[in-house]
Formats: sequence, structure tokens, C-alpha cells
Amino acid sequence: MDKVLLAHGGGGSKSAELTRLVFGRFLRDPLLLALDDAAVLPGGGRPGGVFTTDSFVVKPLFFPGGDIGRLAVCGTVNDMAVMGAEPLYLSIGFIIEEGFPVAALEKILASIAAACRESGARIVCADTKVVEKGKADGLFINTSGIGRPAFKKPVLASRVRPGDVVLINGPIGLHGMSVLTARGEFGLRASIRSDVAPLWGLVKTCRTLDVPFMRDPTRGGLAQTLNELAQGKRFGVRIEESELPIPKNVAAVCDLLGFDPLHVANEGKVVMVVGRRDADRALRLLRRHKLGKGSRIIGAITAANPGRVVMATKTGSERIVMPPVGEILPRIC
Amino acid sequence: MAKTKLERLADRLRACPAPPGTKIMEVCGSHTVAIRRFGIQRLLPATVKLVSGPGCPVCVTPDSFIDEAAALARQGVIVASFGDMLRVPGSRTSLEKERAAGCDIRAVYSPLDALRIAEETGKETAFLAVGFETTAPAIAAIAIRARERGIANFSLLTALRLVPPALKALIASDTELSGFLLPGHVSAVIGRQAYDFLPSHHLPGVIAGFGAEDIISSLLLLLAMHNKGIYKVMNNYPRVVRDDGNPTSRTVLAEVFTTADAEWRGLGVMPQSGLELRPAYAALDARRRFTVRVQPGADRRACRCGDVLRGLIDPPACPLFNKACRPDQPLGPCMVSSEGSCSAWVTYG
Repeated sequence: MDKVLLAHGGGGSKSAELTRLVFGRFLRDPLLLALDDAAVLPGGGRPGGVFTTDSFVVKPLFFPGGDIGRLAVCGTVNDMAVMGAEPLYLSIGFIIEEGFPVAALEKILASIAAACRESGARIVCADTKVVEKGKADGLFINTSGIGRPAFKKPVLASRVRPGDVVLINGPIGLHGMSVLTARGEFGLRASIRSDVAPLWGLVKTCRTLDVPFMRDPTRGGLAQTLNELAQGKRFGVRIEESELPIPKNVAAVCDLLGFDPLHVANEGKVVMVVGRRDADRALRLLRRHKLGKGSRIIGAITAANPGRVVMATKTGSERIVMPPVGEILPRIC
Repeated sequence: MAKTKLERLADRLRACPAPPGTKIMEVCGSHTVAIRRFGIQRLLPATVKLVSGPGCPVCVTPDSFIDEAAALARQGVIVASFGDMLRVPGSRTSLEKERAAGCDIRAVYSPLDALRIAEETGKETAFLAVGFETTAPAIAAIAIRARERGIANFSLLTALRLVPPALKALIASDTELSGFLLPGHVSAVIGRQAYDFLPSHHLPGVIAGFGAEDIISSLLLLLAMHNKGIYKVMNNYPRVVRDDGNPTSRTVLAEVFTTADAEWRGLGVMPQSGLELRPAYAALDARRRFTVRVQPGADRRACRCGDVLRGLIDPPACPLFNKACRPDQPLGPCMVSSEGSCSAWVTYG
């Protein structure tokens, strides 16, 4: 590898390769090497807190259902939420291109403030840098966050067992297809609303249940998340095609452009693995929340096919589900 | 629970009798992907084998074409291409690597986007005209528009290919095939009539759409014909394909392009199997406007894409398959293209 390609930023196997072959040679802290969405900090024998960071380069800055500001808050809040942690404090850093309209900046800041109120997290430190025209595409944002573990039982993938069920809180593919169609590159007129939303309020309804794994299926989509769960494990994941909530407009755009909806990014979805005995309660609790109305069981953890994700297709056959390779859609978040 | 219509069709396919050694070729890359995505290959009786054909545009485009495109980009020409082409290794480089090295290479979803880039930037812009009868009419329409508007900085680097001549060449070299699952979108342009040569070779064909029901019902029709020794071309996609295809599209095609001998990866040069610009459109030909001489590259010796494209081997029979050649590190075009047979085998199992 001698140059970084756009494909290395796609969140799929190419990203993993860059992490392993380049970053991993220099940055080797054991907490980092866990490669979770957020680091769980040590705290006198008990988990002390979680800490995470994320950068946002989405293009365009505004899209149906959200903008880069809402995304920057939700992305970091959700990375903590899926570790079972209540998001408390955020930092925010802006890199702004010279000439950027203040009116647009104000709109983005208003949306940041609103997303903070919605999620309960507070922005407590901030930084701004301005670069010359042409050196950044409008505006980039970085957020970091600190949260407090709040789940009764640890959210730890090593606790996942065959027989556990796999849930999702609603339709998939909305964020990716929203941003894609908002770019107007394909003359597509479909207006698909992004699902970008802070998930803590939803996931905390399950904080007393047995939830060994949660992940927000962002870049790389559901396929990426489920593969991260299964890879190198002694269990497999089996999902049912007929149970997958794929909206008609998402399916139509995917069909047209040759994407697999399972590879498309979400920003307001959580995949939960729940102990079999808690599955019904989890569904009931999730469905009571406004972000969980479409919650459903899409599959289960199996002893068969260890390390793999298999989908039972509508034809009564099955196929493997692989993570996407390389650049599906650059700059989706 | 009552079975769905799809499940009932799947049951019929599982139970369908077929003589040993029945070998059906799905010509089109989109079919290859759809079949594996729906898991249809697992529903076939043990005596029936599906093989992929030469219907993946990226796969059949020779290395030298990528080299030509890279040479154009290095001269400062904006190269616009369907995204799949960017990762295809040429003999020395790929367009993705050239882009990271600073060349202006853009992924577009239609030739119209490429023309727009030419108009908006005012810079020399070349579109990589790759594909079959499906994409060729849109490219022809853009050529006509570019000429009418007098857009002088737009050109086409062509590697367009035609399906029926490739099928004829395949039949001549391999007589083990029992029938063809024919491409839906290509047929929408060329019509059922374009395959009238099949029956004389004792081969049935069924034009199929891309849904699970479309494909399974078409396979059932093919197997029924094969079992009874009936050699006909049936149109099982009448909601899109007419017997005479789309005459308007063909008129546009004929206005801009003429047929010519063309090289296909793995299949060699096949007579009258490609399209090139007619003299009236020669000004749009990137090969005339720029010097794009490329040296012949080294052979890809271990890669067996050529045999995969002729349906001679299944991808796992290639020594590189999913080892040195993987979707994240493709060596052969059948692994690069999302419509490629090797990629579909890895991606969907």
C-alpha cells in the first residue's frame, strides 16, 4: 500500500486493512486495539466511562432529514449508546473553508443544539480552524464524547450465545440513500429522509435486559455490522430476508444503481443481540419509543456457520452476507 | 403457513427432472448476481449446472483498454467512467490508483453526466464507453447531442460489445451447453429475433427478467424445452422485451456506430462483435484526438478469468480464487466487477 485511496475510507474491509497495516503499527494501546465503537476506560475495577471520537465530512452538508450538525452529534452519541453508555459530555471541532456562509453555519449550529437537547448530551468544549478557499469542502466537523456505562449486564460480544435473537429498530438504508439522492448526481428525484437520530433514549429502555451486543450499522450497513459480530467467533448469524425492513424507495434506488441495501449506511438504527428469554420484553419496550416503532426480530445467533453471516432468502434457499468492499459511497457521514 | 408463490416455484425447480450433464449458461452478469443473491443455484437439481457467460462488461474489457484510459488521464484529460471500471487492474495500473496519484478521474452513472462535466469544466473530457447493447444507445444519444451542440472538448474511448456475435463464437467453440438464459435488458433493445440463430444449433433460449420469480420460471421453461428436445427462443420477460426489441434505440445506435471486429478478454478477437464510431462521428473518437499508444502488458498467467467467461470452469477452480485474488484485492476483472462471476461467488457463496 503506497497511497491512501477513497476506498480506504469506506468502512469496509479496505478500511480494516488500512487500520491493520498502517495505523496498527504505530498506535497499539490495548483499549484502542479492542476496535469497539468507543473505548471503555478503566475505573478502579469497574468500568469507569466510555470515550469515543468521530469526524464528519458528509456531502452535501444538508440532506432530507438532517445535516452535518445533527449527524456529528448523533454519530458520537450513538457510538456511546451502543456500548451501553449514557452520553454525557461532547467536544466539537470545526474545520471551515474560507468564504463559508455564516447563515449556513448558524443553521448547522441550531441543529447541533437541537440534537444535544434531544440526546441529553452537553457540548462542553469546542474549537474552530479556518483554512484557505479550496483546502476543505465547506465544513468538516469532529466530535468526541464521554459517557457513563448504564446497562445492568455488560454489553460484551463475548457474552453472545447461540439462541440469542437479533433485533433492529426499523427500516434500513435510509441515511445512505438520502445523502446519495440529495447529491442529485443521478437525476433521481426521490426524496428519501435520513433516519439520523440520537439513540440513547431508545436503547436505555432495555438497560435492565440481557443485551450482550449492540451496534449502530452506519458505514458498510447491516452487512458490515453483522460480519463484525460474527468474524472470528464460534457462532454464526442467520437472518431472514423476509423479515428485513427495506423501504420500497430504498429498494428501488438500490436496484437502479446496483447497491445491496444491506451495505447502505444508517444513522438512526441499532442492531441488538438479546438473550432469547428477554426478546419479547425488548421488542415491547423498544416499540413504545418513537424511534423503535418498527422494531422487529430479523434473525438469530446460531451454532451453525461459525464466523459467518447467512441469509435465508425468500426463495427458501440461502446465501452468505459479506461486508462491502471499498468505496460504496464516499463521504456519507 | 401457506407457501408463497415464490416458494412453490422454488419447489418445482428442486423437483424438475433433467438429464445428467445439463449445462445452462446465464449470459448476463446481472443474472449471475441475482441468481446467487437469491440462492437459486442451490435450488437446482443435482444434474443441472449453471455457468456464467461473457455478459459482464467490465470482465470482457481487455487490459489494454484500462492502459489507454490511464494514458489519456495522464495527458490531463478528465476521464469519466462507470464506477466499476475504476478498480480494474490494467497491465500496470488502475484508474483508482491514477486518481490517487492526481489524475482527474470521475465516476459517473450515465454518459449524460460525462457530457455535463465537459460543458461545465470546459476541459477535455473523455467518457469510457463500455458495455453492451443496453448502454450503447444512451451513449449514441450523447454522441449525437455533443455533435449537435458542437461540444468540442468531449470524446469517447469506446469498447462497446455486442452479445449475439459472442454467443455465436461460444457455440462454435463449445457444444456442451444445453441452453441459454438470455439477458433481459440487452434483449429489450435487440429483441427476441436477435437470437433466431440458436434453434439451428439445437439450443433453446429464454429471455429472463431479474427477479427471483423471473429467473426460476425461466429456468423451468428452459429445462422443459431441453427435456423434450424443443429448440426455441422464448420471451419470458414480455413486460419489458418485445419481439422486435426497441427499433428507435437501434436507429440511434446505427446512426452513430458501426460494427467492427473486437477483442474480448478470454475469448480473443471475434468478428463484428464490437461497435466503433462512424466516420461522421470520428471527431468524438478519443483515439483519434489523442495519442493513446500503449505497450502490450505482461500476460496475467495464473488468472483464469478467460476460462470463467467461457463457462469452462467455476471460479474456485482458479488457483488465485479468494486467495491472492479477493474482492478487496482483485487481480482479475471477474473479481473486480460487482457483476463478475468470481465476485458473486465470494460475495453470496
